[in-house]
Amino acid sequence: MPAVSKGDGMRGLAVFISDIRNCKSKEAEIKRINKELANIRSKFKGDKALDGYSKKKYVCKLLFIFLLGHDIDFGHMEAVNLLSSNKYTEKQIGYLFISVLVNSNSELIRLINNAIKNDLSSRNPTFMCLALHCIANVGSREMAEAFASEIPRILVAGDTMDSVKQSAALCLLRLYKTSPDLVLMGEWTSRVVHLLNDQHMGVVTAAISLITCLSQKNPDEFKTCVSLAVSRLSRIVSSASTDLQDYTYYFVPAPWLSCKLLRLLQCYPPPEDGAVKGRLVECLETILNKAQEPPKSKKVQHSNAKNAILFEAIALIIHYDSEPNLLVRACNQLGQFLQHRETNLRYLALESMCTLASSEFSHEAVKTHIETVINALKTERDVSVRQRAADLLYAMCDRSNAKQIVAEMLSYLETVLKVAILAEKYAVDYSWYVDTILNLIRIAGDYVSEEVWYRVIQIVINRDDVQGYAAKTVFEALQAPACHENMVKVGGYILGEFGNLIAGDPRSSPLVQFNLLHSKFHLCSVPTRALLLSAYIKFINLFPETKATIQEVLRCDSQIRNSDVELQQRAVEYLKLSSIASTDVLATVLEEMPPFPERESSILAKLKKKKGPGAVSVTEMEDGKREGGELNGGGDRGPDSTPSPSADLLGIRSAAPVSAAPTSAGSLLVDVFSEAGPAASSAAVNDEGFLRFVCKNNGVLFENQLLQIGIKSEYRQNLGRMYLFYGNKTSVQFASFTTTVSCPGELCSQLNVQSKPVEPLVEGGAQIQQVLNIECLTDFSEAPLLNIKFRYGGALQNLTLKLPVTINKFFQPTEMASQDFFQRWKQLSQPQQEAQKIFKANNSMDTEVLKAKLLGLGMALLDNVDPNPENYVCAGVIQTKGQQVGCLLRLEPNAQAQMYRLTLRCSKDSVSRRLCELLAEQF
Amino acid sequence: MQFMLLFSRQGKLRLQKWYVPLSDKEKKKITRELVQTVLARKPKMCSFLEWRDLKIVYKRYASLYFCCAIEDQDNELITLEIIHRYVELLDKYFGSVCELDIIFNFEKAYFILDEFLLGGEAQETSKKNVLKAIEQADLLQENIDYQTRLFAGVMVPSMASESSGLFQS
Repeated sequence: MPAVSKGDGMRGLAVFISDIRNCKSKEAEIKRINKELANIRSKFKGDKALDGYSKKKYVCKLLFIFLLGHDIDFGHMEAVNLLSSNKYTEKQIGYLFISVLVNSNSELIRLINNAIKNDLSSRNPTFMCLALHCIANVGSREMAEAFASEIPRILVAGDTMDSVKQSAALCLLRLYKTSPDLVLMGEWTSRVVHLLNDQHMGVVTAAISLITCLSQKNPDEFKTCVSLAVSRLSRIVSSASTDLQDYTYYFVPAPWLSCKLLRLLQCYPPPEDGAVKGRLVECLETILNKAQEPPKSKKVQHSNAKNAILFEAIALIIHYDSEPNLLVRACNQLGQFLQHRETNLRYLALESMCTLASSEFSHEAVKTHIETVINALKTERDVSVRQRAADLLYAMCDRSNAKQIVAEMLSYLETVLKVAILAEKYAVDYSWYVDTILNLIRIAGDYVSEEVWYRVIQIVINRDDVQGYAAKTVFEALQAPACHENMVKVGGYILGEFGNLIAGDPRSSPLVQFNLLHSKFHLCSVPTRALLLSAYIKFINLFPETKATIQEVLRCDSQIRNSDVELQQRAVEYLKLSSIASTDVLATVLEEMPPFPERESSILAKLKKKKGPGAVSVTEMEDGKREGGELNGGGDRGPDSTPSPSADLLGIRSAAPVSAAPTSAGSLLVDVFSEAGPAASSAAVNDEGFLRFVCKNNGVLFENQLLQIGIKSEYRQNLGRMYLFYGNKTSVQFASFTTTVSCPGELCSQLNVQSKPVEPLVEGGAQIQQVLNIECLTDFSEAPLLNIKFRYGGALQNLTLKLPVTINKFFQPTEMASQDFFQRWKQLSQPQQEAQKIFKANNSMDTEVLKAKLLGLGMALLDNVDPNPENYVCAGVIQTKGQQVGCLLRLEPNAQAQMYRLTLRCSKDSVSRRLCELLAEQF
Repeated sequence: MQFMLLFSRQGKLRLQKWYVPLSDKEKKKITRELVQTVLARKPKMCSFLEWRDLKIVYKRYASLYFCCAIEDQDNELITLEIIHRYVELLDKYFGSVCELDIIFNFEKAYFILDEFLLGGEAQETSKKNVLKAIEQADLLQENIDYQTRLFAGVMVPSMASESSGLFQS
């Protein structure tokens, strides 16, 4: 649905916003904005007087530009002019501009204050509210000076409208916060406190914020508010859910006001007057009772509002810390929440229990939940919740449970840091240290803080005897299909610095190293990608032969046009640097990092900074090796002992695969030539790269020691164009280089592929390009084959690859609403039209990764269609010369089982089957 | 409450309201940092997080994230419902509100917020009363060229995610 401009349509503004949204690049946006700024400036400067509407429109445009993040240095005067307009919307825009773009020019301030003064005395409630909103939004000292004495008068005057009172109360609060010395309640105090009795709930809601703030600073002057607050609270708590009409929120009477009342009471000790106290205890009991009642609505808003009051009541009970009965009840209630299915409630319960643990009345009750809390520490998936659990364990720890809690905390929180420290402390040879830390990252990557991997880098850089080993080790660790991002960071850094030390081995040649790193690139977060880009530029310096490949990567749109500024900047700068700088300049700029000054371990520094139970163990650590031995439970580990103690800690030594001979590394290389003799006649079809291109169009299709084949392709309707790049990786010429594209079997009647012959000679280090034109005649299942023959040295090389032309390349995405989707889904209900597969996840089930793949597939990814938000649905039409095939897709992930169910329904059965086959290999 | 930010899944800031004095530079820095932090969080995670010495409360509605920074003693759950009530107000005013409404009528989104929250505190929690105040203001406006109003809606290109109603998900 297009947005409807409600109220006063400013057409010029809508057009301008549309223009900005249509800008394809930041430069285009800036250009459009500069044009608009010039236009507005000339209108403002022109001799023709602008009418109010135009002025309002231009001021609003300036505001929009400012909110986009650009600087605005004019227009204030025009906005001030709008303030004195008698047309409401003009005045309103003027005030909005002034509130957002606060200006310190004193002449302007005088004019603004004048306009506000006029509106405040206008007796027009809407104008008065606008003026008060402006004061509250700006809240400057100048405004406090001008209005702090006027506003209390408005607030308590008998004839002030309710809405004005509300604005005045909060306006005063804002001024009090900025300039408490200027806001003097004095004679007004009692009348302000009595606003708690006001008939209008909105007035009470606004006034109580002011009263709370004033009470905190001057509790004695405002102490009469306690009994008023108690009686107000009592009336709300005992009211039926409908009594308060529009102030009832999802069956909860006045939740905001209730919370604020309970908050105000926390500024004071328990009421001394027995009757008031009795009434309050009754309220608190009622709130606790209500928590046990069945919910009046299943909506989360109902339970949130109800529990907001409950948590505030518990905060008050804890604040009083004098009612054992209430404290224990509160604790039991929180105990129930500890196992609630809502993460939010578990979080708040852990937080709230933390304060309960320090009360002598409830400490024991809190302790009964120890198992649940330990379990939360181990199983909560959200780190912020785990942090709360750790805090609570700390708070509930005493002599009776210290052993258990300390053991849990040790095994959980500090382990990682400790392993790292011990490893460094006892490291005799640094290759063992590197092994240990990389293993640590492999096993517990999530819990390895930045400091840990920084420290590995520091150590590797400072010790040249370990650099080659470190490069070899990270190279091998990166072979794992799923390796932790911290491993990628260490790997990128170390290979970028020391990759040359292992490049002699053909199994870890420069390009193999690069491809390995780059294969992780797209799964990493922005900071890691940035680090990898830096590693790439270092590669160009270390290995000139990788320059072309890396430049191609840097040049591709996903890098130099990346929406992240940092990545974009690095890609652009590195690309430029690599193309214009001479080898000497490159070598200087990208020189190996100098050794770090020897300093304290960054990890130790981090552990020292930590407070709480961690601190205890730090002192133990620092006490030296004698104590270190005790910690490990290992007995007599002296300073000269072997590094095994910390390995024992996690048993990682035995699991270390790193020092083993790299047996698997050979399989990395797709060496189709190994068996090709001088007269090799035919080679098996290589389809290794094929499946990687189902959801993408560009990349490296094939690579071995001699040859690299890159692909770029684009498709429109039923036509496609594919660019093949053949790169000679050797320094020797390829002769008789020929390529043939064929469509086997019935494919020749389904797909039309045309190519121009390529040059027969490919010089060493050179790259040649070939263009294929593709036409899809009808749907197809097979893939065209690309045969490449050439002579390298004396040997004839022969290689056949499957070309990644798949039926989905001819998709046109189709957007549709939920209703349409399901209607079409039902229409495609014949059994043959559906193809379904259930399969195990081979890759990350991360939402963004899945989305990127589905988008790469070419269909439209439809939001808000499937009732289950975890599922993905897509729609698209395959364009062939003869016909169009409508396709619908549904992908249902099951994260627990690590499985997917994929369903396709297409108007042609062969298409459903083929798409299902292709896609089942992608996720 | 110290500030409220509305931003899209793509990280575009749609509304910013600051209840404490900060320099433009500081505001931009905070925005950048928070947008990154919140967008990186997974769907089932807790809606609260500690950030600097503040608490962040956020919730996603369709393509938009609503994010509030509150102080230590403030109530997280009631803040979540502040967000919800604001979305309800927008929804009622625009008639099934979507991100595009907020982009093209940003000034209205600010006006509605000012009626609901002032100085970072709830001013009026009754939906009826807030909308009454806004509508009264709308009635006060001058007569506009009728055509202008007709065309203003037509100019808007529709983009799938931004035009999906905030309440659909």
